[in-house]
Amino acid sequence: MFVARSIAADHKDLIHDVSYDFHGRRMATCSSDQSVKVWDKSENGEWHCTASWKTHSGSVWRVTWAHPEFGQVLASCSFDRTAAVWEEIVGESNDKQRGLSHWIKRTTLVDSRTSVTDVKFAPKHMGLMLTTCSADGVVRIYEAPDVMNLSQWSLQHEISCKLSCSCISWNPSSSRAHPPMFAVGSDDSNVNYGGKVQIYEYNENTRKYAKAETLMSVADAVHDIAFAPNLGRSFHVLAIATKDVRIFKLVPMRKESTSTGPTKLEVQIVAQFDNHNSQVWRVSWNITSTLLASSGDDGCVRLWKANYMDNWKCTGILKGDGSPLTGSSGQPTAMSTVVGSSVQTSQNTQNGMSAGRIGKRAPFAPPLRQLTSPKISQQHPAYY
Amino acid sequence: MEELDVEPAITNIPAASDGKHLGFAWGPGDLLVYETLYKASSGAKGSGCSFIHEVRKDEDIYSPILRKLFNESHHIFVGLQTIQEDLPSKNKKPQFVSISKNYRSVIRACMEELQQVAVSTKDAKVAMQYGNQVSILLAIELIWNLSEVLFIDSAPAGSLLLHLLDWVRLHKADVDEKATEVLQSESPAEHKDYWDVVLSYVMQGRLEESRQMLVKQATLHPAPRSMYKLMDTLLSKMPFYNPGGNQTLTEYDVKWRHWHEEVDRCLQDNSFASNKHLEIICRILVGDEDTLLEHKELLGTWYHFLVTRLLFSHPTVQPTELHYYAQSCMTMFLDSRSVPEPLDNILLAAFEFDIHQVIKECSIALNNWWFVAHLTDLLDHCKLLQSHNVHFGSNLREFLLLEYASGLFTHHSLWQLAVDYFDHCPDLGRVYLELQIERVPLNTERKALKVLRICEQRQMSEQVRSICKIMAMRALKNNRLGSALSWSIRAKDAAFATLISERFLQDYCARGTFSDLDLIDNLGPAMLLSDRLTFLGKYREFHRLYGEKRFGEAAKLLLSLMTAKIAPRSFWMTLLTDALPLLEQKEVIFSAGQTYELMFCLEELTSSLSSVAPATDGTMQDEDIEQTKVELLRLALARNLAMAIVKEGTVST
Repeated sequence: MFVARSIAADHKDLIHDVSYDFHGRRMATCSSDQSVKVWDKSENGEWHCTASWKTHSGSVWRVTWAHPEFGQVLASCSFDRTAAVWEEIVGESNDKQRGLSHWIKRTTLVDSRTSVTDVKFAPKHMGLMLTTCSADGVVRIYEAPDVMNLSQWSLQHEISCKLSCSCISWNPSSSRAHPPMFAVGSDDSNVNYGGKVQIYEYNENTRKYAKAETLMSVADAVHDIAFAPNLGRSFHVLAIATKDVRIFKLVPMRKESTSTGPTKLEVQIVAQFDNHNSQVWRVSWNITSTLLASSGDDGCVRLWKANYMDNWKCTGILKGDGSPLTGSSGQPTAMSTVVGSSVQTSQNTQNGMSAGRIGKRAPFAPPLRQLTSPKISQQHPAYY
Repeated sequence: MEELDVEPAITNIPAASDGKHLGFAWGPGDLLVYETLYKASSGAKGSGCSFIHEVRKDEDIYSPILRKLFNESHHIFVGLQTIQEDLPSKNKKPQFVSISKNYRSVIRACMEELQQVAVSTKDAKVAMQYGNQVSILLAIELIWNLSEVLFIDSAPAGSLLLHLLDWVRLHKADVDEKATEVLQSESPAEHKDYWDVVLSYVMQGRLEESRQMLVKQATLHPAPRSMYKLMDTLLSKMPFYNPGGNQTLTEYDVKWRHWHEEVDRCLQDNSFASNKHLEIICRILVGDEDTLLEHKELLGTWYHFLVTRLLFSHPTVQPTELHYYAQSCMTMFLDSRSVPEPLDNILLAAFEFDIHQVIKECSIALNNWWFVAHLTDLLDHCKLLQSHNVHFGSNLREFLLLEYASGLFTHHSLWQLAVDYFDHCPDLGRVYLELQIERVPLNTERKALKVLRICEQRQMSEQVRSICKIMAMRALKNNRLGSALSWSIRAKDAAFATLISERFLQDYCARGTFSDLDLIDNLGPAMLLSDRLTFLGKYREFHRLYGEKRFGEAAKLLLSLMTAKIAPRSFWMTLLTDALPLLEQKEVIFSAGQTYELMFCLEELTSSLSSVAPATDGTMQDEDIEQTKVELLRLALARNLAMAIVKEGTVST
């Protein structure tokens, strides 16, 4: 892995969250400076800030994108006890020319009495739904019944988790076999209060969310939690950031037809890593859940990968080299930018070696003029 | 199974490291990393100068030259997947070998191009970067070639050595360069590299060429001519196995032994004692290991040493015996202080026929999945992964192909190649494709259609729906109603189609014209997606009929829009107003019956309107206009009724 480019974020205070949009062409950043910025990637891969505005009257903890089926919509949550929904408006043409976009506040969700610690949109098949959790231990699920009118959100569910909540994650599975499910983590550090991860499941009959499971083995403070994409499996995979990185498998048990309660889950631990030495603060899966990234007190981001035998290993570490960049943005070092026009066409056309159809190529090329010897540098294994 | 413990690769991020945290966010092909502090829940101030670093996984994918490797090997891969399954695998061997050669020639082509750029560039850094890539490709080709000889072609004793000789010759080609240099000099026999070239030729078993070189020396020194003649005879008489001929391996072995004894005799009776160089050649010919090891720098590598040693001591080596010689040659060749490099271990594993180990070490040592994925796939097609006791063969193949294809998906144009790779992964290919393809940025309608086609071909209905929905929403937000409507029709999204139809009708009411006539005129059965869309289509049809002066049909359609409850009540007044010009034509268009029905519609509408609470002052003026309209309508209807009755009466009598 290598740093392709560095972008001067220009926030006046700590950045708390960076979030990619669904297609990876936009990102949003939020900070203790109470603002959110939106960045757009140009054709040549450069990032440009196209909007920056004050969103809250306190530190903004998290920012997240709605699925593009619902338009260009962001949600943010803050220390100021609120969460907010923002929508991009196609503005005046001269704004567009200047590369700026307009975001307007569609709603402020003020139900929490304490800091709103996480905000997540539910999977798109459930409609446009937003979930918040807060330090007072309440998870709130809001719905926008009319996706064309984002100023109206109704509070659909209010679930008390008893413990101060730090993070939520929706199970992304859209399979009919799986009712809507989310996990909520608590950063309460008192180990005597029991499991710090609770799993809730929607019940069609009662139209309410009910607790399906508490992961009793996770007794320490939990800072982040992430369901993996389902990949058509019958079970669910959940990563947890606590005093270590843990990966759990949640296997739904066969449901008795008479039972109306939530699905019983069999909880299996798949992997547990204490490489960060102390608290782990974030966990997140890549698109196909082949890689898990975690960030911890050791100041590193670690990448975890399972091989085809389902053995998990740390395959990469990103760590600060102690030299914070100052000044303007860094130089891109990607090959594509350095090569330029020096690429010439092969002169070996008489050997049929030039780029072209394989069928026409002579099966064997004459030996290469060898200035170089075969060698494998072991710096960047492909294992991750 | 034994697991290799590999140290994770460390990537340095230009950020402070002490006490700070690194935050991150996953992107499609990269990771965004930034400095943060997670514990600072209340007021701890961070630095204002914050950077976000874009960390990429695979830089090879961005190399324009390697892109050709990806593109061309994709064709070979697809061809390989469609090889007839019904042929017995033995008969397919020549096909597999030729596919393997095709892959290798793509690697070679790529290498040539990289080499040229590396040589021609003036930028030292770029030259080094390309030089490194050439080294890696050379290693890949070397491993692939050996795998082809040992696993795919699986040459038997006799042919095996011939193949190994070809392998060494191909990868130790600097001899020819040196030979040219020597031969072009004024006096080749006195050139400082003369004997190096002769020895190199001998050690590669290129005896004909070494004899030609020796002639130069013989003509120069007439005195020991007999000695040169003897050497020439020995070289010319060395037997090589001919796999196509009718000689059996045993016969060949006997013949070779005779020759070997003859060489040995020459050595024993000091035939070449007076010429140091010829003496060395003779020692090499009897397979003297010490002499060979004295010429390490000419051999270059332990595997060259291995092949030369086999050539002159065990030309009928069995595949199963290879690993023994390989191990001992490597130990003998490498100094005690030098540690085997990854490449050495990979080749050794190949000589041990441990395919799994080869694949595994390659995936650890190489910085891309291209090689392991394609080689493993080919070996799997050759049914080699089972026969070598790798029971999880298909999983390993799929695992590697999925990794490779996922990497391709992060590239803005290579992702299209990845689709075919996913298609040929029976277990998880489809799920991976579903997850990846919906993330392809839909920058333009053309790109969206391209992605859509791929999804439609594979019956990925949810992805199809989602893409159309995204495009419809985007078009609507940009006020491109026509595009929004056609995307929502494709998405079969009735609610959205209703919403957009509503917009169209609003626009019509405001401006009196329709936009996107082409689309609305050609809705066809798509019109039935939503009631409102049906109405929109029918209403536009009314306008068309009216425009074409087909008043009778227009009138009938207009009336049916209300009586069949296709038109929303809110639109009835507009429809009735549209009827006005028809009512006021000279000839009677609405029959008496139709006029009655129109009157009924108007009364139904006005009675429902008057039941609503009277409007406030602000709308008084609107109210007046409405009232005038209703009165005008009543008048027109009454007049038309009168005319219709008269006309109908006239016709009946």
